[in-house]
Amino acid sequence: MKMNKRTFLAGTAAAMALSAGGMARAASHGEKLKVGFVYVGPVGDGGWTYEHDQGRKAVEAEFGDMVETTYVENVPEGPDAERVMTQMALGGAKLIFTTSFGYMDQTINVAKKFPDVKFEHATGYKTAENVGTYSARFYEGRAVQGTIAGHMTQSNKIGYIGSYPIPEVIRGINSAYIHAKKVNPDVEFKIVWAFTWFDPAKEADAAKVLIEQGCDVVLQHTDSTAPQAAAEAAGNVYTFGQASDMAEFAPKPRISSIIDNWAPYYIEQTRAVMEGTWKSEMTWDGIGAGMVGIGEITDAVPAEVKAEALALKDAIASGEYHPFTGPLKKQDGSDWLAEGETADDGTLAGMNFYVEGLEGEIPQ
Amino acid sequence: MLRLEKRRQPSRVWAWATPLVAVLATVIFGGLLFAALGKDPVTAIRTIFYDPLLGEHAFYYRPQLLVKAAPLVLIAIGLSLGFRAGIWNIGAEGQYIIGALTGAGCALAFYPLEAVWLFPLMILCGALGGFIWAMIPALLKVKFGTNEILVSLMLVYVAEQLLASMSLGLLKNPQGFGFPGSRNLQQYESAHNAEIIAGTGMHWGVATAFIMVILAYVLLNRHMLGFHIRLTGEAPRAAKFAGVVPARLIIFCLGASGALAGLAGMFEVSGPAGQVSIDFNVGYGFTAIIVAFLGRLHPVGILLAGLLMALTYIGGEIAQSGLGLPAAAIQVFQGMLLFFLLAVDVMTNYRIRIGGGPKA
Repeated sequence: MKMNKRTFLAGTAAAMALSAGGMARAASHGEKLKVGFVYVGPVGDGGWTYEHDQGRKAVEAEFGDMVETTYVENVPEGPDAERVMTQMALGGAKLIFTTSFGYMDQTINVAKKFPDVKFEHATGYKTAENVGTYSARFYEGRAVQGTIAGHMTQSNKIGYIGSYPIPEVIRGINSAYIHAKKVNPDVEFKIVWAFTWFDPAKEADAAKVLIEQGCDVVLQHTDSTAPQAAAEAAGNVYTFGQASDMAEFAPKPRISSIIDNWAPYYIEQTRAVMEGTWKSEMTWDGIGAGMVGIGEITDAVPAEVKAEALALKDAIASGEYHPFTGPLKKQDGSDWLAEGETADDGTLAGMNFYVEGLEGEIPQ
Repeated sequence: MLRLEKRRQPSRVWAWATPLVAVLATVIFGGLLFAALGKDPVTAIRTIFYDPLLGEHAFYYRPQLLVKAAPLVLIAIGLSLGFRAGIWNIGAEGQYIIGALTGAGCALAFYPLEAVWLFPLMILCGALGGFIWAMIPALLKVKFGTNEILVSLMLVYVAEQLLASMSLGLLKNPQGFGFPGSRNLQQYESAHNAEIIAGTGMHWGVATAFIMVILAYVLLNRHMLGFHIRLTGEAPRAAKFAGVVPARLIIFCLGASGALAGLAGMFEVSGPAGQVSIDFNVGYGFTAIIVAFLGRLHPVGILLAGLLMALTYIGGEIAQSGLGLPAAAIQVFQGMLLFFLLAVDVMTNYRIRIGGGPKA
């Protein structure tokens, strides 16, 4: 029994290998490359998943009849994700994008069973021969956001809705705080952990709690527009679009945004698979490469603040300035970066500490 | 005028016909829904019901049906005991989480020791964890008369907080680069709830679910305790005269459902899920309530209901990626199935009469 199933899978895989070998040629003969996308939220979340789906549509627009894309939305991070990926691979997908951190082990598991299908896992740290990872340097955008937030707050209290205390989110908090503090030494951060990526009710509650505590700027690392709506209802509170522009809340409360732009990357990887040049890589791009975009800074922001923010954005894009530049200390007062020193990617990738000045503890 | 009249005896014909009529109605109205969305209704229905069972890749989906149904059946069997006696454990999700935590915690405490007794010990710990979590509402009800529905439900949120705290702290993988989540038990041989026969989906949780279906059937039909459970639900006053001690029954029903939910969590975390993570629970404890009622609180019915739910989940995913149906349409389709089942179920206990009927 064991052997039968194994060999069956291996057989399927071998058949796929044969067809993949002739892919570049086959594509021009009208055989479509199937590309699958696994989403953690609904495509209409207006945030994270929405932007990944924009990337998928860009792939379709770019390659037209040469590709066929499929997606499954609202996939929980667990055994269900493994089944969805397997099902896509069985259905003939040759390239699968798994777009949430929690799909990491599942992606690796399924990739083992389908050595000739390429997998691209967002924001993870495990790779394999046929698994590459990609993520964006959101913290670069957070630096710009922190600068604006530091200027805009009247109460000197800035709220932050965290999703999960993983390095990606902690980096964002640190980066925003460092830059808010730079322009406003009295600034104070209040952080609420929602323990979800997408849950409009919980996100709205978190925003309300922060607003009640006197925060007049609320940053979010969750995907829905619920905090924007809560800020709008409260009145004098500013917010930033997260993952997507969330322009429907401009010019106020939303005064700018961080936009994830996956389209160029998805197109590039799809082309690489078509041409047979795909390699497993760990991609981590920021504002410079266009993966992180800063949404329009609205007129609610004074012109000089806007100019300062855009100058910072340009400095980061050109590589002239790194958002984590010393002198910086850790929360416990120990030294982290010396004067002029910049953080290395290894430390950033596993960041699990707050910088000096932030209050509270990272949930343990 | 249409009027419902209670049958003296539940109709046997309708008891059997209900599921078929409901499925048929779902197929018709679901098909209309899919057609309205611009998809071919025949293809869509075939994708959901036929492809996972007999389609091209069914060799992969059939085992997955068991994997998906096992926790639902295991939890629903436990819940059905209490539901029959009017004891409402709504917090199986929490007991499921705690069972997973105690089971995985036991394994991780011994990591990397390889021993044959480890897995049996984990099973024990998982069941015990769920049992203890269910004892909180049970004892509070017996001692202070609190409402077990509220207490058990609220404890779900407590369990979720505990799960997050464990994923980020005590049980966090020390080699996980600071990311939340425990070690993956699939890579720890002694603790891995592997398939008993590879490729069949038959892991120990599935086997346990089947055994529990049989045990529950025997308990309810051949055992004094089962008789007491049924009697308490159907005729509480008679039960009192028959010498049923309510406190004991509460402890038994909540304890048993807690232990089974804990077992389900333990089998899931050590098998298909592999690790304790913040998002470990995906609602099996709540879906199992639907499964229990869908199966009419009968062990065999629950088994079939669990498999049917699993089928709509898996078929629904195939329809999403294969046909581009939105997830919401699939949820509406699942909802329809439940709605029609419960609606048609009325026919088992009532008959439709036209006209005024006899004067009282």
